[in-house]
Amino acid sequence: MTLRDIINKLLRRQTASASTARERLQLVLAHDRSDLSTELLDQMRREILEVVAKYVEIDMNEGAVSLETEDRMTALVANLPIKRTLNGQIKLIEPINESEKNSQDVESKDHNS
Amino acid sequence: MATDTRVILICSGKGGVGKTTLTANLGISLARQGLTTAVLDADFGLRNLDLLLGLENRIVYTAQEVLEEECRLDQALVKHKQESNLSLLPAGNPRMLDWLKPDDMKRIVDMLKEQFNYVLIDCPAGVEDGFKNAMAAAQEAIVVTNPEVSAVRDADRVIGLLNTNAIKPVQLVLNRVRPKMMANQEMLSIDDVTDILALPLLGLVLEDEQVIVSTNRGEPLTLNSVNSPAAKCYLNIAKRLQGEDIPLIDPVEESSGFGAKFRRLMQTKIF
Repeated sequence: MTLRDIINKLLRRQTASASTARERLQLVLAHDRSDLSTELLDQMRREILEVVAKYVEIDMNEGAVSLETEDRMTALVANLPIKRTLNGQIKLIEPINESEKNSQDVESKDHNS
Repeated sequence: MATDTRVILICSGKGGVGKTTLTANLGISLARQGLTTAVLDADFGLRNLDLLLGLENRIVYTAQEVLEEECRLDQALVKHKQESNLSLLPAGNPRMLDWLKPDDMKRIVDMLKEQFNYVLIDCPAGVEDGFKNAMAAAQEAIVVTNPEVSAVRDADRVIGLLNTNAIKPVQLVLNRVRPKMMANQEMLSIDDVTDILALPLLGLVLEDEQVIVSTNRGEPLTLNSVNSPAAKCYLNIAKRLQGEDIPLIDPVEESSGFGAKFRRLMQTKIF
């Protein structure tokens, strides 16, 4: 917030329009940039699960892959609860903690700052 | 034969932000630095580059006849009267859009690369086939935008497409900057735009009425009105393209006197 914004607020005037423009743009671009169709996202989810399943046993029904946009960065977030490693050691603990630990963040290629 | 030709796409997404004016002025500026430059009008639907350069009456052949092998490239190229280092390859008939493919653009640009240091491609507005054809032939790009929400949003779409097609570097030109409005925070700031689009700024161009006058005459500002505010900006952009370290002007600093000092005080970030 700038000095002008504060004075405007005290005088109950509208804030300067540049900050409104900036905020509106950031919102609309977050939406524009994560323009992945649901089919593509679903296909990507299945393929990611297949790769991870080669190394650890995961619950195929539990895994979630989603797009999250924060600031100017869109991140692909995969949350995959692991049941056990393939050498047989059962590692299953609380699914929620486990999923936290094993979530992978993959930054999308577009618009890295 | 020029060996290390730079092929630069000049694009924006939105129409009317100043692609063609930038292409014409950058072409003149580079030519004045002694660099042989070809400007290629890739806007086959709505061509205007010939008009801005004042060459509309000297067109005999176009890119279309070159591609159809009805004439040689040098027969189609229109050399600028005053700046002999600059040549225009005019856009063909709008019907070309029915059959033009990305490979056709590559063929044209490959021919131009043999003779010129710079090839500037004036892109059509939009993100459809016309843009994709033009992009196919380019190595690097300049995205032109205005400090307005619609122009910045469209620029973002174009940048996404340039990134997926591995065009780089992609640099930004912020056109039609109004220092007073920026100082009053009634216009997106330079930092706002570069932060949102996450691109390096090649330069900014100040809003300048002389641009319209120069368009009326078909004489780009950088040709005969080099002291106008916009012309200085264009010349600086051309120098930066050549690797010269020219500092950016601060539009808020530009507006001087007590009013400017007051506006700067008002811009102080409190939190």
